[in-house]
Amino acid sequence: MTDQPSPQPRKVALVTGSSRGLGRAMALQLAAAGFDVAIHYGRNAAEAEKVAETARAHGVAAQVFGADLTTPANAGALVEHVIAAFGRLDVLVNNAGITRDTLAVRMKDEDWQAVLDTNLTSAFTASRAALKHMMRARTGRIINIASVVGLMGNPGQANYVASKAGLIGLTKALAKEYGGRGITVNAVAPGFIESDMTAALPEATRTAYLGGIPLARFGQPEEVAAVVAFLASDAAAYITAQVIGVDGGLYPH
Amino acid sequence: MATFDDVKEVIVEKLGVDAEKVTPEARFVEDLGADSLETVELIMGLEDKFGVTISDEDAESIRTVQAAVSFIEGKQ
Repeated sequence: MTDQPSPQPRKVALVTGSSRGLGRAMALQLAAAGFDVAIHYGRNAAEAEKVAETARAHGVAAQVFGADLTTPANAGALVEHVIAAFGRLDVLVNNAGITRDTLAVRMKDEDWQAVLDTNLTSAFTASRAALKHMMRARTGRIINIASVVGLMGNPGQANYVASKAGLIGLTKALAKEYGGRGITVNAVAPGFIESDMTAALPEATRTAYLGGIPLARFGQPEEVAAVVAFLASDAAAYITAQVIGVDGGLYPH
Repeated sequence: MATFDDVKEVIVEKLGVDAEKVTPEARFVEDLGADSLETVELIMGLEDKFGVTISDEDAESIRTVQAAVSFIEGKQ
């Protein structure tokens, strides 16, 4: 008579905005850590499918989901689709974000609203949908990708900075509200990371920021993803309501 | 009575109260000590148990064990 314990079902992680950049690195590290991964994209289905293929090489399931998160209701629906597809959701990483940089005096209402809707309100609606599931499961992890500028401020990014500071507040509020249900909520605040978003910065800005970074270099997406993977792991069970900087020392907490 | 017993089971599980305290007239907050989050969990538990959807407005009006039983019976 064989008496082998049935294998533990794999946990499921959804990373919004994971067809490229930081989100891609996060999804792949979570896959490497043994999570089934839901890859979300806004526009680029082909890139997302490539990420899913790479993730599957780790022996986990990976599925691609498209959703336009400039409309916050879509973020809640996205979470519900992922739960329907995988039957569970253990980790939600609210990573999707956009910028519409300009001076505040030139910033149109639409520029403000689009950034707040995508970066903050969609993270809220996704979290709300995930929490309903995680409350039932009495466990879960929500990881919000904020930014060092949400802590420091940054000229030309009033909308983006406000959205990222908002994510930090959302993190702390949800951590307090759902801690009693075994759900942890943390934020990761990347500094200047090599990505499409920072590649678009003017050279003078890049040089100026480099001067303020004690480690004297920009970070790599994998260095942010490593912290996300840690926060998603069992080892991080006692960490909640925190903002973890991954910024080369740019902003001392 | 079947509905009452099933509702009672959900209440005992979600609020962690003794079964004998779950009388029809018991109020969730005042008598059974539910906080706001536990009240939400209770409603979600009833939805799961009975396969019904309870709107936020209806949930607001379900404040006693009997109200929950009546609501569920009305949906069945």
